[in-house]
Amino acid sequence: MIEFRDVHKSFGSLEVLKGINLKIEKGQVVTLIGPSGSGKSTILRCMNLLERPTSGQVLIAGKDITAPKTDIQGIRKNIGMVFQHFNLFPHMTVMENMTYAPIRVNKLSKDQAEQKAMELLKLVGLTEKAQSYPGKLSGGQKQRIAIARALAMEPEIMLFDEPTSALDPEMVKEVLEVIKGLAHTGITMALVTHEMGFAREVSDRVCFIDNGLIVEDADPAEFFSHPKSERAQNFLDMVL
Amino acid sequence: MKLDFSSVWQYWPFLYHGALTTLKITAISAVLGFVLGVLLSLIKISKCRPLNWFGTFYTSIFRGTPLLVQLCIVHFGLPQLTGMTLTTMQSGVLTFSLNSAAYISEIFRGGINGVDKGQYEAAMSLGVGYRDMMKDIILPQAVKHILPSLVNEAISLLKESSILSYIGAMELLRAADQITVLTFRFFEPYLVIAVIYYILVMILSMVASRLERWVNRSDRVS
Repeated sequence: MIEFRDVHKSFGSLEVLKGINLKIEKGQVVTLIGPSGSGKSTILRCMNLLERPTSGQVLIAGKDITAPKTDIQGIRKNIGMVFQHFNLFPHMTVMENMTYAPIRVNKLSKDQAEQKAMELLKLVGLTEKAQSYPGKLSGGQKQRIAIARALAMEPEIMLFDEPTSALDPEMVKEVLEVIKGLAHTGITMALVTHEMGFAREVSDRVCFIDNGLIVEDADPAEFFSHPKSERAQNFLDMVL
Repeated sequence: MKLDFSSVWQYWPFLYHGALTTLKITAISAVLGFVLGVLLSLIKISKCRPLNWFGTFYTSIFRGTPLLVQLCIVHFGLPQLTGMTLTTMQSGVLTFSLNSAAYISEIFRGGINGVDKGQYEAAMSLGVGYRDMMKDIILPQAVKHILPSLVNEAISLLKESSILSYIGAMELLRAADQITVLTFRFFEPYLVIAVIYYILVMILSMVASRLERWVNRSDRVS
């Protein structure tokens, strides 16, 4: 579903990704972990071209999205993304947030879009907030809405970029529960997270990223109990 | 010296029509200036270098020369060049729209830059195209932040429209001028139009603060 072939990314003279090779199969849940600045968010952002690789290829469903003249919009609408800072549209109600793109991009009728949105609000447990503005929601509620908004496009892939990092501790669980509910429903998921327990529980695979490279790509149980590389050991010693 | 307003009042139709002309020129110029200004701001933030240069150059011209000089060039200069004469109204609207577009584009550029980068990313990640993103996501948020500056611009347009009297447009100041000629009184007519300008500006401010409250409705608690 997602494939990276020798992907490099530089910001100015700083090389953030130094040759990433990665394959995520359809329906798989893959967690990217590693120290901050290691490049894990950049990997995620290359998957929907919020960052364009400096060199190398990114393939989505077999199609090279880094090729010139790719229909980026067409690709992006199939890839939902959830951000650390939610990025809900503050001038729109929850309902408008969730129906805007389905109506504009997927050409759904207003009724269809709203019906779909209500189903998703039920899924994230926030039906009563449909007419609220994002400013009145808690962080955890905002992030659940952001997840629902991405799902409203019925994407085949979901990307989560540190979805709980900006949340107060008591709100982390409600968001993780929603994400956990999505895993293994057929949707392909890539997550960047610092929640190690969650990564272990939910992922099919864990990729440990350090210094712009995938240092380890392993089964979560194996990775967390017997990390092979010294760098992964050090990292786990620090965070666990 | 006694003040005598009755001699001014007998010419009230002058003031009435003058005020209407002032409002008309202000309203049309504000709308055109707004539209042009938004387009110009998009040109300035576009990734196309020549367009950026054009936007910057345009703004520097209109900011770097006096409005009255611009007005004279349009009203007296252009006809000589093109053979096409413009009414005072047309010249006024043309000059004021072009001029205020320059200022409004700067206001908008600031407003657009003030919108969080995450808003662009969220819109893009949902597959929303550039046009829709700017129109429905970015600009509405930008407008919210810059509304006070836009109101200032509208107020200064209203007041500066008085310089149109220089080219003979029958607006408020010109109406007062005429009354002074007819009555030989100066203080009263000018005082009266000063009050009229003041009242118009106050009304505009009130409408603006209503608008501001409406635009900020999403921030309201409860």
